[in-house]
Amino acid sequence: MTEQAHAPIPYRIFVVVWVLLLTLTATTVAVSRIHLGPLNIWAALGIASLKSALVIFFFMHLKYERLFFKLFLLIALVTLATFIGLTFFDVLYR
Amino acid sequence: MSDAGHSATHKDYTGAKLGMWLFLFTEVILFGGLFVLYAVYLDRYPSEFGSAAQELNLWLGTANTVILLTGSLLVAVSVSAIRRGSRGLAQWMLWGAVFTGAFFLFNKYLEWSKEIGHGIYPNSPVLLRKEHGEVIFFGLYYITLGLHGLHVLVGSVLLAVMAIWVRTGRINREDFVTLENSGLYWHLVDLVWIFIFPLYYLLL
Repeated sequence: MTEQAHAPIPYRIFVVVWVLLLTLTATTVAVSRIHLGPLNIWAALGIASLKSALVIFFFMHLKYERLFFKLFLLIALVTLATFIGLTFFDVLYR
Repeated sequence: MSDAGHSATHKDYTGAKLGMWLFLFTEVILFGGLFVLYAVYLDRYPSEFGSAAQELNLWLGTANTVILLTGSLLVAVSVSAIRRGSRGLAQWMLWGAVFTGAFFLFNKYLEWSKEIGHGIYPNSPVLLRKEHGEVIFFGLYYITLGLHGLHVLVGSVLLAVMAIWVRTGRINREDFVTLENSGLYWHLVDLVWIFIFPLYYLLL
């Protein structure tokens, strides 16, 4: 292997991230038991997005990868958001 | 395949990883399609989705969330371990992750046998007697969680192969991109579940 990868990530970082993920899981369950109407789904999606960011940036090493990879992720997410957004542009006005 | 000194074939570490990320993006679009359907029908049938969700087992769903998150921890540690030359630790972590996958699928079996036992499965007479929105909820439930479960199975088999390759030395501290890529696949499976869990199990 001629290219140098980033240095191996210390185990404790993964453990800290895991504890955060478990905490967020407990939070999302707790919040979901309170009737907040339409706010419930947005709270759930918000917490899920936060958990995803932790998994993507730490477990999947994206924080330590070059900018190119991060750009690709952004393009993928924008694509998905466009699919969902444009679908609702149609569906909400029928 | 000889690993003495220089590798005979040229390996492209960045290219291999980029290829995997691109594949993962296609998976995001695949599951994304199912989530688009969910979003539209949730908007159309909010109360039916809520009442259908009560049928699901919140405890098993939460347990499965914890299980997959732990699997991801173990896989992440295994990559750092092999990079430090800790072959033993890497294998333990990988087999541990395989076990989390098996545990997840076992829980899924418990949930689905109970739900199917209650007569709730696609096109069942019991299901068809329910509100239209509930029928749609369960259709999406079985397709999405089924497809996800298939990915858990594939991921678990992949990680088991990785564990064996660590033991044989095919994956080592100089050449570990295959393990990293398998780890990326596993983390994607975890990511999809991170969204499935609140959307299907936590509705009121």
